[in-house]
Amino acid sequence: MFYFNSFLSVEAKSFLLLSFCRSFYFLPPRFFLQKQVLPLPSARLFFSEVCFPSPGLTLPSLPARPHPSLCSSFCGSNFFYLLLVYRSVCSLSVTLSVTFASTGQSPRAVLSTHLSFRIIPPSQEIALCPNNHDVHIYKKDGTKWTKIHELKEHNGQVTGIDWAPESNRIVTCGTDRNAYVWSLKGEVWKPTLVILRINRAARCVSWSPKENKFAVGSGSRLISICYFEQENDWWVCKHIKKPIRSTVLSLDWHPNNVLLAAGSCDFKCRVFSAYIKEVEEKPGPTVWGSKMPFGEVLFESGPSGVSGGAGDGAGGGWVHGVCFSHSGNRLAWTSHDSTVAIAEGGKTSTISSLSSETLPLLCVSFITENSLVAAGHDCYPVLFVYDGTKGSVTFGGKLDVPKQTSQRGISARERFQNLDRRATSSETTEQGLESLHKNSISQISVLEGGKSKCSTFCTTGMDGGMVTWDVKSLESALKDLKIV
Amino acid sequence: MAKNTLSSRFRKLDIDEFDENKFVDDHDEAVDNQGPDGAEIDNLIRQGDMMTAFHIALRNPPVNTKNPAIKERALAIVLRVLTSFKSSDIEPAVKSLDRSGVDLLMKYIYRGFKKPSDNSSAILLQWHEKAFAVGGLGSIVRVLTARKTV
Repeated sequence: MFYFNSFLSVEAKSFLLLSFCRSFYFLPPRFFLQKQVLPLPSARLFFSEVCFPSPGLTLPSLPARPHPSLCSSFCGSNFFYLLLVYRSVCSLSVTLSVTFASTGQSPRAVLSTHLSFRIIPPSQEIALCPNNHDVHIYKKDGTKWTKIHELKEHNGQVTGIDWAPESNRIVTCGTDRNAYVWSLKGEVWKPTLVILRINRAARCVSWSPKENKFAVGSGSRLISICYFEQENDWWVCKHIKKPIRSTVLSLDWHPNNVLLAAGSCDFKCRVFSAYIKEVEEKPGPTVWGSKMPFGEVLFESGPSGVSGGAGDGAGGGWVHGVCFSHSGNRLAWTSHDSTVAIAEGGKTSTISSLSSETLPLLCVSFITENSLVAAGHDCYPVLFVYDGTKGSVTFGGKLDVPKQTSQRGISARERFQNLDRRATSSETTEQGLESLHKNSISQISVLEGGKSKCSTFCTTGMDGGMVTWDVKSLESALKDLKIV
Repeated sequence: MAKNTLSSRFRKLDIDEFDENKFVDDHDEAVDNQGPDGAEIDNLIRQGDMMTAFHIALRNPPVNTKNPAIKERALAIVLRVLTSFKSSDIEPAVKSLDRSGVDLLMKYIYRGFKKPSDNSSAILLQWHEKAFAVGGLGSIVRVLTARKTV
């Protein structure tokens, strides 16, 4: 059969295999209802690691249905015995493109998508992943960034990076279902594998405030909380499964090192307890609750949870970004239906939400106790102000006001061209976006000042650019901006 | 086909229905969202009171029911109100709505786009332009991502 495998197309090979080998006749009909991989040699062609970065990501591909039925598109084919294989294959290919769409990573974008950084005065260091299997570490000397390290261990795209400043460890997670904890030994970063026991890609990772554990959100509908066990010298993980129904997109830890906020694709934002008795003592009561066994849900947004806020809040969209405030009493999240919502922990948790007029926001961060900065598909960061007494979120202003370019006269020819191309004969001859970022912003990180009194923050986007914003100069430049 | 029965009936099976991890929406049926009242609206249109007819038409949207007949009926009523508006009255009508009203109006507009009749599209486009001016891209995104469709 050697020649058979070498120069025929994949479908032809499968078909010939089918007609030559009768093994499929002996499979009972119910076989096709079970999710098994058929042990055919050609199956290897579909599942080899070379073709696809990961066995599959269960991200919903449409806003309406989290688990699209893809059987129908292939039922017409004669390769029914490969129905399951095709089903997995097409779910692979569909979700592969969806990954890129929903994480905002274009396959062609070259530069940074996820970054994590650490400030060691006088210079800063940044770890970023340029959309491939590696992590690059850059160091800032003066005004230039130079690459000092390359961390190569992952077999799949690195989807999350977090750098713990105190203990100087980096944790990375990727679509190869693994996480690695990197420690600097001398001049080299040495990885330690952490087995997450997930069967889909890992999506986001975050060190806890005390850096003794970290949480990984994944496409297998669970959160892995990993901590180091001294006796075995090994990272162990525990799972939070219920009641998460879809991919976990974003994580943020509460300052007390126990509570964890998770936003997921099942349209809900939840606060879980990630209390690990091996590494810490019992936490004191917080506004979110007093009993905190591991895995307990202390808060859930949405119609079945507490939803007393303005607007329907009726499970609108995937929750892209979550952020606790500095004190941990407030939780903000942004969702794919262009809303931003804030919940205040307490006996009568209220949710205030604002339906914005912009495209969906992907990331959010508190910069003071009452103000947040969020950014997303509109390519500029915006400020929101939360009024605790009234329980309302209001739009504070756009933070990226481009300088006014001089208006020059526009010729008649250009006017008609504009009318043709853009249906308006407007004066602006700007070809692209006027904002600093030319593509969606995927991450906001506070650089200095912490979440209570941030003085600089930086945004990174799908255009591969990283922009640092200085809060004071923004306040002085934009007159109506008031950061409360 | 299956070997023992030689039938291919199993091909008509929807395998996703048997998936134990299938995402099921939590659904609560709100009882009185049965859609606007047709007779009342007819009266108001005949009297010429468009604004009240408009507001009543946008009350009680049938978002929670799965019954398509109710939704069709509601859509027909709302479209009748929208098409009987004069172009100059559209803007004040849209301005009188609050945020969730504009979102609901957008949902009806897009639903009306799906099945165009003689000149409904022209009027709906005017409504769309005015609603977009108030609601922005966010209201259109909410039409796309809404799990409870009107």
